[in-house]
Amino acid sequence: MDIQVKILRYNPEKDNEPYYQDFNVKGVSEDWRLLDVLHEIKWNYDSSLTFRRSCAHGICGSDGMKVNGRNRLACALLLKYINTKKPIVIEPLPSLPIIKDLVVDMSSFFNKYEVVKPYLITNTPPPPDSERIQSNEDAEKLFESAKCILCACCTTSCPSTWTNENYLGPAAMLKAYRFINDTRDEGADERLDILDTPDGIWRCHTIFNCIEACPKEINITWHLSQLKKRISSREM
Amino acid sequence: MIKKFDVVIVGAGGAGLRAAVEIPKEYSCAVISKVFPTRSHTGTAQGGVCAALSNMEDDSWENHAFDTVKGSDYLGDQDSIEVMCKDAIRAIMELEHMGMPFSRNEDGKIAQRQFGGHTKPADMNDPYGKRVSVKRACYSADRTGHVMLQTLYENTIKNQVTFFSEYFVTELLMEDGVCKGVVAFDIATSELHIFQAKAVLIATGGYGRVFRITSNSHAGTGDGMALVYKAGLPLEDMEFFQFHPTGLWKLGILVSEAARGEGGILKNKDGERFMIRYAPTVMDLAPRDMVSRAIITEIREGRGIRGSDGTDYVLLDLTHLGKEVIDDKLPEITGFARTYLGVEPTTDPIPIQPTAHYAMGGIPTNVNCEVLLNEDGDIVRGLYAAGECACVSVHGGNRLGTNSLLDLVVFGRRGGKAIHEFLKTASFGDLNENAGKETNGTIKKLMDSKGSEKISNIRTELQNSMMEDCGVFRTDEGLRKMISKLKELRERFKNIAVQDKSRVFNTDLVEALELENLLLNAEATVYSAYARHESRGAHTREDFPVRDDQNWMKHTFAFWKEDQDPELKFKPVVVTRFQPMERKY
Ligand SMILES: Cc1cc2nc3c(=O)[nH]c(=O)nc-3n(C[C@H](O)[C@H](O)[C@H](O)COP(=O)(O)OP(=O)(O)OC[C@H]3O[C@@H](n4cnc5c(N)ncnc54)[C@H](O)[C@@H]3O)c2cc1C
Ligand code: SF4
Ligand code: SF4
Ligand code: FES
Repeated sequence: MDIQVKILRYNPEKDNEPYYQDFNVKGVSEDWRLLDVLHEIKWNYDSSLTFRRSCAHGICGSDGMKVNGRNRLACALLLKYINTKKPIVIEPLPSLPIIKDLVVDMSSFFNKYEVVKPYLITNTPPPPDSERIQSNEDAEKLFESAKCILCACCTTSCPSTWTNENYLGPAAMLKAYRFINDTRDEGADERLDILDTPDGIWRCHTIFNCIEACPKEINITWHLSQLKKRISSREM
Repeated sequence: MIKKFDVVIVGAGGAGLRAAVEIPKEYSCAVISKVFPTRSHTGTAQGGVCAALSNMEDDSWENHAFDTVKGSDYLGDQDSIEVMCKDAIRAIMELEHMGMPFSRNEDGKIAQRQFGGHTKPADMNDPYGKRVSVKRACYSADRTGHVMLQTLYENTIKNQVTFFSEYFVTELLMEDGVCKGVVAFDIATSELHIFQAKAVLIATGGYGRVFRITSNSHAGTGDGMALVYKAGLPLEDMEFFQFHPTGLWKLGILVSEAARGEGGILKNKDGERFMIRYAPTVMDLAPRDMVSRAIITEIREGRGIRGSDGTDYVLLDLTHLGKEVIDDKLPEITGFARTYLGVEPTTDPIPIQPTAHYAMGGIPTNVNCEVLLNEDGDIVRGLYAAGECACVSVHGGNRLGTNSLLDLVVFGRRGGKAIHEFLKTASFGDLNENAGKETNGTIKKLMDSKGSEKISNIRTELQNSMMEDCGVFRTDEGLRKMISKLKELRERFKNIAVQDKSRVFNTDLVEALELENLLLNAEATVYSAYARHESRGAHTREDFPVRDDQNWMKHTFAFWKEDQDPELKFKPVVVTRFQPMERKY
């Protein structure tokens, strides 16, 4: 089948501002990924079309972009799940500076991630020749948050991020959860202090945009609400 | 622009990051990666990382070493294999101490499961008698590589490692057999940078993208191998490329062996569990080369299933495992089947076909990750390699599942340690004033070219013919055809056009550079395969169907020669305690 695709293009060397370009892509099939469509365009219509991608199966987090108004991974979205009767509108992730076409500058996203101390903090040395003991139940409590692929679909879809660029955002706080709730970690207090600040967790108004956007189907707000509870009970 | 670092690590996958963690803070260290570190291919690894922890049942590093040697079809160097298997237990504990979240057993220790080719003697008193599968693979659901990569990256943040992300390395700076740094260009700006270094470690991963059906990321173009090859240094055992038996049909996306480790079964169109005929004792958990050959044989003999597009597949049946096991232990891969093929694995079998997966060959090194200059074992001063791009060789003719993630952390650390030792006495040499000129020229030529050849056409033709003529089964005729195809493609590559003329984030240019690397790696692979007149591990010659220990207990070293066929030399396999035996499972 043939489909219409409308892509937001921007090359800072020649464009004053972004503009939409239409492509009529021929011979696609409904089991194609949207990423396959982008490749088809790049390889057969316009080689200058620019986007990031690597794994092509939803695990590296490279190709977050806005598709028909919603943040998605191009490689995890099949055409059969999109209305192809109308043009598919593809734009870069919102609220981050555009470098070129669908490639955005992710540095502020990763800076926020580093703020929450995304690594195990311990004072107690581990047993020299064996693992720390952790029940499978406790381990599995971390798995959902550890599943995050840092694609930024959530943070860039969050209204609180749009209105306050300093807001830590869901992805960074989810990472904080992953360590705060690790029975092996001893840095919970330091991290809770970071979250319990004006640009921290209280800016989350549980609007659920982030969950909508998460390609790994992580229940982000549930994790954030656990963190809020933890902070509140700490203050009691 | 010239930047100076004591150490430059090229690659931010498991091997590169593990090496980076090992460099003490008093030395300056830069990690260069063409993708953001957590986007590296290591993150796609699913099934596990192995060590004989004995957390579930009795096991020993000697069992692990024997399996690795046998799995390698006796091509692995046994001294290196011993180093890896002995160090495995410590390496896993270290990952746990770094914070890696593992699945746990009932005692709260790291859980382990079965994986192909990992066995132990059925009777401890008869160490070389009948063997049965053993639970040796440590895992974190089916996201082992993902959490391992995250954990290592987290540790580099803790250690404040300097990263140059989305920088593409194009050239090794070699002078008189000494490595003095690398040249890289910043993808965002196209600016060239010279990284001068006392020591360089290459950890750029594999080159599965040379084949049409592959489990590898788009970034898997083997750049590091190609750089080394083009610098006149050898590539070892490139004819050994592993096809994983269970890629999603048409797409090649991997369905981890963990699916069979948990009890999944392969079936042909008659619903027969065909592995019974090929590996009567371990069946579906036979090593990958054997299972891939079995699948292709079933298909060739008419027992595959013909898909809508005229290609064939067989089935991986998980339905009997039950929803709970599938959802708990294999959530990610069963999700792939749902998303990409629309198959519900709890009720329907998954269509699969073999997929190009892992390069056993690569940049030859010794056990300290020092890169070899030649087949005599002399080393290149200042140059190291680790991970999938390297060939130590622990995987020989066929890698066992879960041994690669292990290889990354064991040899990544050893490389880091060796560099630390080297830095104590090393100093910066003088850089030739021409440094960087070559890359500059290459890029200028590509950008200015008005040629008519399309990058994507050459790449597709390369991938199709490699699949056809240098895949699971090989013949003299097919390889000759492939050699002339390569010559044609190389000629056409000279006439290639980069159509995007912009200096900002030019991925068209990146693809052109990657294509050249694919062509170089294909060359080393095809010529090595053509020369090896035997079948061993993943290298199967239909015209030489048996393993020939008399003549071929040796590694191939391929050397690039400008405008000529590569030169092949050979290095004997190191055999310590395990004499070659027939490989039956
Ligand atoms: C789908 C899949 C599942 C797997 N599952 C398992 C498993 O369960 N267990 C197991 O043991 N093994 C598994 N493997 C194999 C294993 O994951 C890989 O062999 C391993 O991760 C390779 O790691 P690496 O560090 O060598 O390279 P990679 O992780 O591939 O990293 C390469 C790095 O080099 C950088 N790079 C490359 N070229 C350049 C350049 N020109 N300039 C700058 N940087 C560059 C990249 O940006 C990247 O950071 C699996 C492989 C696949 C494909
Ligand atoms: S729930 Fe919180 S984090 Fe998620 S989108 Fe809403 S405000 Fe943002
Ligand atoms: S939480 Fe989900 S959407 Fe947010 S970065 Fe992680 S994977 Fe992406
Ligand atoms: S390309 Fe890796 S997540 Fe889409």
